[in-house]
Amino acid sequence: MNKTINQKAWFFVVPVFVLVAFNAVIPLMTVVNYSFQETFGNNVFMWEGTRWFKQILQSERFHAALGRQFLFTGIILVIQIPLGIAIALSMPKEGPWVSVCLVLMSMPLLIPWNVVGAMWNIFALPEIGFLGHTLNGLGFDYNFTQQIGDAWFTTILMDVWHWTSLVVLLSYAGLMSIQPAYYQAAEIDGASRWSVFRYIELPKMKKVLTIAILLRFMDSFMIYTEPFVLTGGGPGNATAFLSIDLVKMALGQFDLGPAAAMSLIYFFIVLLVCWVFYNLMMKNEEQS
Amino acid sequence: MKKMKWIVPTLYIIFLMLPIYWLLNMSFKTTTEIINTYSLWPQEFTLENYKTIFTDSTWYNGYLNSIYYVLFNTVISVAAALPAAYAFSRYKFLGDKHLFFWLLTNRMAPPAVFALPFFQFYSSINLFDTHVAVALSHCLFNIPLAVWILEGFMSSVPKELDETAYVDGYSFSKFFFKIFIPTITAGIGITMFFCFMFSWVELLLAKTLTAVAAKPIAATMTRTASTSGYELGLLAAAGSLTIVPGAIVIYFVRNYIAKGFALGRV
Repeated sequence: MNKTINQKAWFFVVPVFVLVAFNAVIPLMTVVNYSFQETFGNNVFMWEGTRWFKQILQSERFHAALGRQFLFTGIILVIQIPLGIAIALSMPKEGPWVSVCLVLMSMPLLIPWNVVGAMWNIFALPEIGFLGHTLNGLGFDYNFTQQIGDAWFTTILMDVWHWTSLVVLLSYAGLMSIQPAYYQAAEIDGASRWSVFRYIELPKMKKVLTIAILLRFMDSFMIYTEPFVLTGGGPGNATAFLSIDLVKMALGQFDLGPAAAMSLIYFFIVLLVCWVFYNLMMKNEEQS
Repeated sequence: MKKMKWIVPTLYIIFLMLPIYWLLNMSFKTTTEIINTYSLWPQEFTLENYKTIFTDSTWYNGYLNSIYYVLFNTVISVAAALPAAYAFSRYKFLGDKHLFFWLLTNRMAPPAVFALPFFQFYSSINLFDTHVAVALSHCLFNIPLAVWILEGFMSSVPKELDETAYVDGYSFSKFFFKIFIPTITAGIGITMFFCFMFSWVELLLAKTLTAVAAKPIAATMTRTASTSGYELGLLAAAGSLTIVPGAIVIYFVRNYIAKGFALGRV
């Protein structure tokens, strides 16, 4: 759309700017403040320079948490994006079942995150949970509170359960925007199912898929509540992702300096990746 | 091949419903039954768990607190986002792109990063443990989201609509409230749905900013969870009840869900 230049438009943006700045800038500056200082309580602070940043960047604990975080985010993206597309492709395009599918599929998205964790905890418990009981009945030695592999399996399954629908809904919205004429033309040309997908459906979904990947990356990278309730980061530290580790450090051990430095590094990584995706997304929008 | 297509969504929906069914199943059992026996449906069907929640004020106040701050947040977020989204969709102004990205960065900020400073900040301005504090703190991620979605919906309204209205002698405010807002009702509905949803599901900030007076249901539940095992039935019942508001809200926007999740950008 052709936009006109109008500096007065700033007045429209002021309320949003004030509200977000109130919430973002002041607390963020507090974090920046802590990250350069040492405190022993009672509001006594000492300048520490970049010591905390160096300490965090060199600490094995941070490397391990970051590694787990990337592994987790990578795995869930690799599962959720193709699975979401596949389900969207096989959904009905019209009729009464569309609403039924959409409403039922959206259900997991509307459940408070700690309830998701608690629900999966009950669902996966080896003795009394359906999943745990069934897996053990089938001869697997399954116990997500004791075994690292099982803890990861359960956390990933929970996230797939929780968020795949978001990818489904986005892809479905993309698919619905394709005019029937495209499919008719493909049929006349005798295109195979694969080429219809590759040359018609996938390009049309590009925009929404970028949004899907962006949202899934952001949200999985800041995941806290669900794994915290499900496994508490355990067994040991096996499922302690970045946020869990951070909260442990900041609120549990009250190591404000290192925790603040870690916050900033953490935020910076998210920002960097999202900036790349955001530019991709804007490029997509300009093209269409 | 075509005939078998329904299998995939059906299997997926079954997979989605299983844990929810299990939670409901547990909520109708007594805690002794949950711990001692494994059964696919309640053997001694009981409504005790639900009765406790509806009669014990710490439980039902949790629900009321959550609903208060969620509604409050939804209203502030949408009200503030409407003019801003209009500005982003219609005008170019100094720093518009940077401002838009800056807004989005707040949606990207991990709440864990903000938990402690939020606690200190809201305590220092005497808002700790109030509904207002939680509602305001949730603006951090809901306002950027609301602006993002609304901007998408507004951009799909042709600019000719604005121009015709001005030619017809409408003032800006009359145009905005009488013509423009009614044209994007679906978009506003979807935005409210999203604000409701993300404020409803968030726990970390809500828990950090409250103690007693404004404690959300989610936090009340973690208390039970941490005394682990003893009140599983109650926990399951409370969990099942948290699904209800979402289910009600989603029913109203069912025809717009797909477009809404694409943030109006299809």
